[in-house]
Amino acid sequence: MKEILNTISIWILPVIISIILLHGVYKKVPVYETFVQGAKEGFWTAVKIIPYLVAIMVAVAMFRASGAIDFIYNILKTWLDALKIPADTLSLMITRSLSGSATLGLLGEIVNTHGADSYAAKLSAVITGSSETTFYVLAVYFGSIGITKFRHAVLTGILADITGVIFAILVSRFFFYS
Amino acid sequence: MNYIWLFLIITSFIFAFINGRMEDVVNAMLKSSQNAVMVAFSLIGIMAFWLGIVRIAKISGLINLFSGVISPLLRLIFKDVKKDSDAFSNIALNFSANALGLANAATPFGIKAMEDLQKENKGDKKTATNAMCTLLAMNTAGFQLVPASVLAILTAAGANNPAQIILPTLIVTSLTFICAIIISKVLEKVF
Repeated sequence: MKEILNTISIWILPVIISIILLHGVYKKVPVYETFVQGAKEGFWTAVKIIPYLVAIMVAVAMFRASGAIDFIYNILKTWLDALKIPADTLSLMITRSLSGSATLGLLGEIVNTHGADSYAAKLSAVITGSSETTFYVLAVYFGSIGITKFRHAVLTGILADITGVIFAILVSRFFFYS
Repeated sequence: MNYIWLFLIITSFIFAFINGRMEDVVNAMLKSSQNAVMVAFSLIGIMAFWLGIVRIAKISGLINLFSGVISPLLRLIFKDVKKDSDAFSNIALNFSANALGLANAATPFGIKAMEDLQKENKGDKKTATNAMCTLLAMNTAGFQLVPASVLAILTAAGANNPAQIILPTLIVTSLTFICAIIISKVLEKVF
């Protein structure tokens, strides 16, 4: 199973790119020139995102450094004990929407302290694997087209993250909790 | 977004004051602004690569072929987008790249799709349309078939059977993805 998945993930890119290039040549598209033309846009799009990314990443980094997450953590902790959720996974749940790299860091930490086959590690893995960093996606996607009035997008992202965590707890409990 | 941003920053200062962490917060503020630029710059190469590849696929007609298969489904979700909009093929690509775990490729397609949706935005260009919010919800939910980076961490830590998280993760990510779209559709009527 693992080997099949590994093989698929290694081969997926070469296959896709070969199909695109060969189909291009077959349709008589000047592949090199077309590629360069398309690639030109990459630079400006990335540059356009910078101010939005700075605004959001700074706010998120400050929030994380201030210890506000510990505060949320302490409020929710009593509930979690009742639901038999390992306390360490809670900071991961809160961090998930805010920072992708920090989440992977926390996952690594939980895996190391609790062991890779522990319930805490599996639950954290499911949470991390099943969602995206909401605030990063917001900054990049809306920043690229200059949207500053987000309407319901932030609330949707946060509610979806909370829903995701609830599903993750239920499903992990069913599969892994003994 | 004005209030959320303000809220994050002001609460950071308040908590920093209470917890005696003002120095950490100030450092985080300065360091992360540099980080943000690094992140944007690291996107340049990947973005250029995929936009280049996709332009070939677009001119050769491969994308039309591909989006012809997925678009009917997408039209159900994005009802207010014009039928002939390029947005559909880019959303289809964005979704497929996410599903396959090619997050690097998903971003340029997502941005392209956003640009297409912006072209159709007849109102204020600074305000997100319903379609934009739905596309964003699809991306923040982060649907993927195989969570590669998580598997890598578990494997590296010597888990007995890391692949056993794949099915639960797939169930959770699918449910969340559907819920995200529904939540977005419900909230668009309120905001």
